[in-house]
Amino acid sequence: MNIIVCIKRVPASDSRVQIGPDGRSLNPQGVETVLNTYDEFAIEAALQLKEKLGGETTAVTLDPDGNESILRNKVLPLGIDKAVLIKGGSAFDGAANAEILASVLKTMPHDLILFGKQAIDSDSYAVPAYVAHHLGLPRVNVVTKLDVVEKSIVARRQIEGGEEVVQLAMPCIVSTQKGLNTPRLPKMQNIAAAKKKTIEVRAAPSVAARIDILKMELPPERPAARIVGQGTSAVKELVRLLREEAKVL
Amino acid sequence: MNVLIFVEQRAGQLKRASLETVSESARVARLLGGAAHAVVVGSGVGGLAGEIGRHGAAKVYVVDDAKLANYAPEAYAKAVGEAAKKADAAVITMAATFMGKDLAPTVAAMMNTAVATDCTGVMVEGGRVVARRPVYAGKAYVQVAFKQSPAVLTLRPNVFKAEALGGASAGEPLTVAFTDAEFRSAVKEIAATSAGKVELTEASTIVTGGRGLKGPENWGLVENLAKSLSAAMGATRAVVDLGWRPHAEQVGQTGKTVSPNLYIAIAVSGAIQHQAGMRTSKIIVAINKDPDAPIFKFATYGIVGDAFEVVPALTEEFKKVLGH
Repeated sequence: MNIIVCIKRVPASDSRVQIGPDGRSLNPQGVETVLNTYDEFAIEAALQLKEKLGGETTAVTLDPDGNESILRNKVLPLGIDKAVLIKGGSAFDGAANAEILASVLKTMPHDLILFGKQAIDSDSYAVPAYVAHHLGLPRVNVVTKLDVVEKSIVARRQIEGGEEVVQLAMPCIVSTQKGLNTPRLPKMQNIAAAKKKTIEVRAAPSVAARIDILKMELPPERPAARIVGQGTSAVKELVRLLREEAKVL
Repeated sequence: MNVLIFVEQRAGQLKRASLETVSESARVARLLGGAAHAVVVGSGVGGLAGEIGRHGAAKVYVVDDAKLANYAPEAYAKAVGEAAKKADAAVITMAATFMGKDLAPTVAAMMNTAVATDCTGVMVEGGRVVARRPVYAGKAYVQVAFKQSPAVLTLRPNVFKAEALGGASAGEPLTVAFTDAEFRSAVKEIAATSAGKVELTEASTIVTGGRGLKGPENWGLVENLAKSLSAAMGATRAVVDLGWRPHAEQVGQTGKTVSPNLYIAIAVSGAIQHQAGMRTSKIIVAINKDPDAPIFKFATYGIVGDAFEVVPALTEEFKKVLGH
């Protein structure tokens, strides 16, 4: 089975966001980049399926800076067989980025293409569905349970107050949610092997931009809390404020 | 320019967030000098048109087909596309629910255009729609304009107001011919995991507990307070990672994003990843024994004190005042 995992290098979730001088992008200074949190579940799913069913795992990333550090230091050491780095893409334009990704994925053998359910920089939840459309494949997003049954997958996807169950014929696309599995730590022999692996670099085709970013802004400041008081003596006053001032009761 | 709203229903129940989207879209349509039309998709859903109309849709297309009883992304996208054509829509909106966030990019892909996810603001500037949406888990917002038509937007629940504005009262049936391929990703069945509970992302009041509660055996504090307010229960990432509560209750960057009227955080420190999931709540109450906890820097009201003493007293006071 040929399993592809699409991963993304993103700012760490505890990084401080500052707006760049153009007023439309993140100031990258002092921002540490990491593997997108949800991609960890996609990688683990790929590794588990390979262990069970055999085959090959390939990580693919689209990176505007052509930065291979996450593939090299984080993804390959987990035991992913090989990696493809596409230099290109632009911030927040999921439609354009998906078109680039799909053009490369089309050229690679694939039975299952995995994504994290969202990238924690653009928070768009969009790329897996776009890629599925371009490749004409069935897809399921926000998956918390995944099994391969003959030539199909059976998955559960999170919704409000429950889960939806789907069965998709392979090849297909799955995006993963926390809870699907527990991502492993890298093994010593994989860390050593990762250093020697070749990362295939591909050029991105030029695609039409779908959005204009007009402005990036910081969220409105929330003033610090009004401390109503200490301990149980403050309870009555808090409830009064919620009723009469905030009017939320 | 007209706006088309995809209105979500599950088991014949309209989503409140969809009605919010209808009312907001009616406002946007007026600014664009057009009309707001809606489409509802499912099986036996014709009776929902009246309520959709009352919230501001001038016309409600009804795509009613037994095959559409469960969510089927490609088929639903086709129905939205056909309705958008009929409505001559330059903008397509839907609520940023699990279904909306799943469906919108497929609609956008089909129409070769962009989607703006989880918008918290919709503006009209120079005759075109501009969407404001959170990025980096709400640590920043971007304003985006669309280079192609139609613009596709999902709107964050609990941010916009559902209003009785008046509109169509009868639905207009729209027949769409589907192929089997359009059901290739269709939902087979729905497994409810929390039947009867208030869903976090739809709740107007949420009570969240943090690691400061020391153990799952103390969760009764959160439960009782939530019950006194008919609120949904949330948990921090630490609590979920420790296995005290299920992931479906997690609020924050790797959990759910919520925006209730009232958010009460009990023994929650307020780490940046937690803030990401609840910062747009209207009123935030923090109860924490550490006066330097980060949550006091952005909460609305705070009580510095031991949750084990304050929360039972607060529960009693709510019961007394609300008469539950």
